[in-house]
Amino acid sequence: MTEPVLSLSNVSRSFGPIEVLHGVSMALRPGRVHALIGENGAGKSTTMKIIAGYQPPSSGSVHVEGRETAFASMGEAEALGISLIHQEFNLAEQLTAEQNIFLGQELKRGLLLDKRAMREKTHELLDRLDCRVPTDRVVSQMSNSDKQMVEIAKALLRDTRVLIMDEPTAVLTKSETAVLMRQVRALRDKGTAVLFTSHKLDEVREIADDLTIMRDGSVVFSGPAEGMDEHAMATAMVGREMSDLFPPKTGSFGDMALEVRGLTVPGFAEDINFTLRRGEILGIAGLIGSGRTETFEGLCGLRSASGEVRIKGQPVTIRHPWEALDLGMCYLTEDRKTRGLLLQKGMRENLTLQALHSFARGLIDKGAEETALTKAIAEFDIRGSRGVRVGNLSGGNQQKLLFAKTMLSNPDIVIIDEPTRGIDIGTKQQMYGFIRGLADQGRAIVVISSEMQEVIGLADRVLVMRQGRIAGEVQGASLTEDAIVQLAMGVGQRAPVLETAQ
Amino acid sequence: MTVKPQARPKVSMSVIGPIAALIVLIVMGALMNPNFLGVDNISNVLSRSAFIGIIAVGMTFVITAGGLDLSVGSMAAFVAGLMILVMNAALPSLGVGVPIILLGMATALVAGLVAGWLNGFLITVLGIEAFIVTLGSMGIYRSLVTWLADGGTLSLDFGLRTFYQPVFYGGILGVSWPIIVFAVVVIVGEIAMRSSVFGRHCAAIGSNDQVAKYSSVRVGRVRMATYVILGLLVGVATIMYVPRLGSASSSTGVLWELEAIAAVIIGGTLLKGGFGRVWGTVIGVLILTLIGNILNLTDFVSPYLNGAIQGLIIVLAVVLQRESKPGV
Repeated sequence: MTEPVLSLSNVSRSFGPIEVLHGVSMALRPGRVHALIGENGAGKSTTMKIIAGYQPPSSGSVHVEGRETAFASMGEAEALGISLIHQEFNLAEQLTAEQNIFLGQELKRGLLLDKRAMREKTHELLDRLDCRVPTDRVVSQMSNSDKQMVEIAKALLRDTRVLIMDEPTAVLTKSETAVLMRQVRALRDKGTAVLFTSHKLDEVREIADDLTIMRDGSVVFSGPAEGMDEHAMATAMVGREMSDLFPPKTGSFGDMALEVRGLTVPGFAEDINFTLRRGEILGIAGLIGSGRTETFEGLCGLRSASGEVRIKGQPVTIRHPWEALDLGMCYLTEDRKTRGLLLQKGMRENLTLQALHSFARGLIDKGAEETALTKAIAEFDIRGSRGVRVGNLSGGNQQKLLFAKTMLSNPDIVIIDEPTRGIDIGTKQQMYGFIRGLADQGRAIVVISSEMQEVIGLADRVLVMRQGRIAGEVQGASLTEDAIVQLAMGVGQRAPVLETAQ
Repeated sequence: MTVKPQARPKVSMSVIGPIAALIVLIVMGALMNPNFLGVDNISNVLSRSAFIGIIAVGMTFVITAGGLDLSVGSMAAFVAGLMILVMNAALPSLGVGVPIILLGMATALVAGLVAGWLNGFLITVLGIEAFIVTLGSMGIYRSLVTWLADGGTLSLDFGLRTFYQPVFYGGILGVSWPIIVFAVVVIVGEIAMRSSVFGRHCAAIGSNDQVAKYSSVRVGRVRMATYVILGLLVGVATIMYVPRLGSASSSTGVLWELEAIAAVIIGGTLLKGGFGRVWGTVIGVLILTLIGNILNLTDFVSPYLNGAIQGLIIVLAVVLQRESKPGV
């Protein structure tokens, strides 16, 4: 086996009195893809930040090519060829692809920028990545997958020897993931050491050469990935045997809860028709950009939309989100960090924000809020100290809090967009249990998801969207990955590359 | 675990900072001039603080909700001018008496409300940046009052002025009206910020208006309310201000907006929104007024350096409140 290009030996890290990493050792080797997996809060992010020089270890050492190194800054790590691609991206939103890729390394001719050379190089890099985004498109107008490609192009330009990716596929669809995987393999074959985290164990099995599994701040497995199947990984991560991921489907539905006819969201979705009964979980599948999110945002008054909507048989008009809420319908966003939670605020303020009026008789009853929080923490198993800022909670706990917040206003119809994006398998299982539990209480549920397994495992019936329309419906025995993919792609056609900016 | 260290010392610093600064100023003032802690001087400082203070309480809500209002100083001048014109015009028919004072007050409140609503309308309905809108309305009101006064001064009729003066100089049990009104506004404001749905919604919107929108908060209505309330409070401040001098000119209320904003920031409200505290604003106002007062009472430093010292304090306050960015 080749010598490691970068290795951690016995690295610990404390924040104040709390030690979050305990004696972590691992090695990244050139020409190998190394997957780092673990539940949320297992210490993956901290480990990656130490590798990338964002944070120093409290004890233990980092070796680059056998030499002990203490990065004074991330700039130093970058100079040694170590690049970290954040889950939330680190791009200047108002600059173009080209400007971002060359940020800090602009090519010059004399005193002025050599725009032509930069554009050509950008073209070349993006072509290598199969990315068709124009070089002069500003980042804020790009889809997540394009942003990812720009990040990778940026790393490519910098002759990266160690590429670290924090959940690169969390926001990508299957076809986009395939492109990314191809690129990762190409980088590996050129001798780059790649480290990535993912909650999608099938991807890990597909691409990882080496594997490190963390639990509660310690490494529980580190070695070649060969022979580790998804079940073994999940068991190691969680520390106990994993039972069935999805709760059983009941298949018994109540009255009609929601009827939608001819719903049109200008620019995103057209002529959407569906019905939903109490106790039913309706899955919505489709590629990113197929108008799934926008359709339901339109339905809930978060975007302008037109069409005929009946709730419990009564025709209704919804132009604002609070009108939807008053009618007992609520949309739970896919984007918990920028649309779901106030990251600077504590759990209490976040939990009660949507249902605040029910805590106020003139003034807000903070005691009642605290009681509600205690109840939510117990009911949804939210971990983390009560006083902590929500931004410092792990993704899984944020998602649970968002879920608790939505349920506090007691909606009858709950639309959940990407319920498990970026959360670990143990928490996923819990979320699925919660969602099925809501349906069993007689609520009507819509689950929008890019994860095929999730839609299939959770939903009673699945609508597949394509290019802003409903391409078809599958249920029962015909609810298979194949059927969904065919509808999502358009049968017999080449996969459409429809990427609308989000 | 991704729990980051809690910035406990920093948080308490932002609470203690303004209070400590105020105490230092009071001690300094007391050492430099024995009259400083006399009833007359304290009453004087509080009355002077009242105008800016009442406006600054409204500004606290605007800033907490992620907005800004640069127009309040000009708005106060315009409202004062309008109030004087209306009262003078009604004098022949109503005569000197309570009704004409009430008419004047109503004029000030309605004018403030409409002016605040206009700012709010342009910002929330048409979606123009608060900075731009209020920079524009600042110029418009300043110019209107100059035009109304024909470049000079609008003066309240002498008899009326004498009758109206107790609203500034009078009071209950030796506490003047401006101080009483200021106190009431502060108490109501503090409670609203701390424990009302409105206050919580302001903080949520200032923190992240997308989150607020997706949480079914009526973002537009809350934002609009902050500007309307601020306008109304400008009207209240003007009601207290007009009897003091009995006149309005193009130089009335100059730089009030900046003093109000400075007071809010010194008090620990975040300029980018999301967190505000009314009691902090009161301390901010007192700090700004005391600096001027101390410079006037002592000949240690020239009073002409008032602005420089205020400026230093503002910058210092923001530096002390700066939070350490998390490791990312």
